[in-house]
Amino acid sequence: MWKRFRYHVAIFFAVIGPGFITAMVDNDAGGILTYSQAGAKFGYLPLWTLLPITLLLIVTQEMCSRMGAVTGKGLSDLIREEFGLRITFIVMAVLVLANLTNMIADFAGIAGSLEIFHIPRYVSVPIGAAIVWLLVVKGTYASVEKIFLFACLVYVAYIVSAILVKPDWKQAAIYSVRPVLMLQGAYLYMLIGMVGTSIAPWMQFYLQAAVVEKGVTAKEYKESRIEVIVGCIAMSVIAFFIIVACASTIYEVAPRDLLTPADAALALEPFGQYAKLLFAAGLFNASLFAACILPLSTAYSVCEGLGFESGVNHRFREAPIFYWLFTGLIVVGGAVVMWPQFPLVKMILFSQVINGALLPVVLIFMTLLINKKKLMHEWVNSRFYNFVSWAAVALMVGLTMALVALSIQDMLRA
Amino acid sequence: MSDQRLFFTELLGLKVFDLKGRTLGVVKDAAIVPLLDPVRVDRYLIGSGAAWLTVRHDQVRAISLDGIHLRDEILTPYHSDEYMLRVVRDLVDQQIIDAQGRKVVRVTDVTFEIHPENDGEVLWVLDVDIGLRAIFRRLMQGLLPRPWIRRLQVGIPPHSIRWEFCNILEPDPQRRLRLNISNRLLEGMHPADLADIVEDLTPEHREAIFENIDSEVAAEALSEVDPGIQASILESLEAEKAAEIVEEMAPDQAADILGELERETSEGILEEMEHEPKNEVRELLEFKEDSAGGLMNTEYVALPETATVEDAIQALKSNEELMETLNTLFLLDSEERLTGAVPLARLFLHDGATPLRSLAVDTLIDAPVTERQDRITELFDKYNLLALPVVDEERKLAGVITADDIISVLREK
Repeated sequence: MWKRFRYHVAIFFAVIGPGFITAMVDNDAGGILTYSQAGAKFGYLPLWTLLPITLLLIVTQEMCSRMGAVTGKGLSDLIREEFGLRITFIVMAVLVLANLTNMIADFAGIAGSLEIFHIPRYVSVPIGAAIVWLLVVKGTYASVEKIFLFACLVYVAYIVSAILVKPDWKQAAIYSVRPVLMLQGAYLYMLIGMVGTSIAPWMQFYLQAAVVEKGVTAKEYKESRIEVIVGCIAMSVIAFFIIVACASTIYEVAPRDLLTPADAALALEPFGQYAKLLFAAGLFNASLFAACILPLSTAYSVCEGLGFESGVNHRFREAPIFYWLFTGLIVVGGAVVMWPQFPLVKMILFSQVINGALLPVVLIFMTLLINKKKLMHEWVNSRFYNFVSWAAVALMVGLTMALVALSIQDMLRA
Repeated sequence: MSDQRLFFTELLGLKVFDLKGRTLGVVKDAAIVPLLDPVRVDRYLIGSGAAWLTVRHDQVRAISLDGIHLRDEILTPYHSDEYMLRVVRDLVDQQIIDAQGRKVVRVTDVTFEIHPENDGEVLWVLDVDIGLRAIFRRLMQGLLPRPWIRRLQVGIPPHSIRWEFCNILEPDPQRRLRLNISNRLLEGMHPADLADIVEDLTPEHREAIFENIDSEVAAEALSEVDPGIQASILESLEAEKAAEIVEEMAPDQAADILGELERETSEGILEEMEHEPKNEVRELLEFKEDSAGGLMNTEYVALPETATVEDAIQALKSNEELMETLNTLFLLDSEERLTGAVPLARLFLHDGATPLRSLAVDTLIDAPVTERQDRITELFDKYNLLALPVVDEERKLAGVITADDIISVLREK
């Protein structure tokens, strides 16, 4: 019995690579709550976004891993070499800002999941921050990564739950392919947040660095591509079931905004008394997982782009900026959440909107880079890829501007 | 003498004036021609309208923060030139190797020294700037007047590398020649440092370095590189060059690396190798990687058990290349079977006529070629060994495992 189990675990990890890890980390606190909120407030309506989001996710992830494999360089390295220091500085500032909001979201996730068990955030957040910092600095992170990944199986609970609550599958199917556009602040806010949480700026840097680190070359790159696509689809499938579960358990009772993370646990109702436990475990794991990867990946990208020494194998004195950066992200991210009236869910959702609004900045430079013959040779983007990524840039900029315009209009009216 | 300094961020955009003080254009780039002079800026590229003009270094009367004043205004249009190392295009924002600090760094700015030459002024490259201060200059460049930037940057610690310790990275072999890039700096580094640097580079640059440096240095550095990268480097090289490098490696390491390659590639490399090292490596390749046979190397000194201290000294003299790491001699009987081990240091305490037999250790520890890796490390730990002889089924000496092999094994875990 034990042997069989070990065998299955081995298979599970055999298919795991950078693409899959990125996809799982992508469903962090921001992801879970953004999808939950989308389902709770708009029901099955937002399901149509998942197809284009998956397509864009595959396209962007594939672009990054292709660039990593062909050039052997990280994304921030390439931006620096091709666009100079000023642009690199701006892109890095965007990345740090986006990831600071992600860190806040993940600490909010840690706080929220443990508040379900009545552990106050003054206790959970500092301990969480200390765990993250130690895991990363002591280099033990690599050995616990698999535990985090394995714990992602908790998401299966959403699939089970979504089936048990007997949702209106006909509606779900219709809305999966029928786009609905409404020029309504809350709806646009949700759309940007959904794109931002699924295709976050940090993922592009992280995935490309991971492909370079793994030493994947242009020739062996085909295998990586399959893994990237599988990861993207897995992520979207989970998102689909989260939305369906929330639509049928919350929206169909009464459409509303989620106020606390515990509200989102309603989606796992069929598990009865275990619903909260499952939800909290999933949220906690996802938040801690992302909180380990994000600051480290940010610090690496920034230091590489700006030319500072980086790496946890260096001492503090040798790589001060690297250490300050990722310590800063952890400390500031944690400290903000400690504020007593900090609205956990609201800020988690807001962080994903920021990610969505900042995504075009990264996407523009990625697309410019990958079309450079000098760098990519015969592996430059196809026309279809260019169409998808430019369309996404235009769409995200358009949505963000529309949202800003609507908000200003509301303010003037008030 | 900070007035004699000029940063590249300041040179860029500097106005160029003709003899009558009229503006001809602004500096767009500067080029060094290393074959002519490795430190002097040879040309300034001036943008005026759509076309670029070239100012030769001997056409300049004076350079300062106020601009470049010419003493000869017959300028030629700029043509791309393979012999030029252009600062904007080839140096700034690119990676170079800092041979003194032994790491890969990214160039943010360049510091020149204004130097009088034949009644005019030329620029000599002094340092390559990395770090915060240079980043500050780059970010502020063009936004604040040059003297302000100089004053404001004082509070930020500088970080520079002297130009003579900079090794430019250029994968194209022809351009390496034209830019006069030598491997002197890299070959002078400790192989372990070179290995660390190589790990930080892209595959293309790794290949260029191993293609060009001395095979002996390449072999030493390659054996220190991360195993996954080792294989990809060897695969990228021409079989002939790869064979030259592998020949210079200790046979056990050579076998380890070749074992990582695809069969076709490793056969191709073996084909190109000299007869003797090839056979040794082939034999080692037969063993499982995690067995005693896979760990051992075949570089040892063994003598007949009847030999004396004097014989041993003679034998050592003819094996001088092993001396750096050798610490044990082995004794063999007439059938070449292992019968004893003599710690090297004991030779110094006895006169020449002493039979080696009498100096051998009391209990001889050895291992069969099939012994498992974890058993071997156990033996090293238990008996505090520096070297462990490995014997085949007939107890003939097949090779030796040394403590440094064990350290590598333990590190990999």
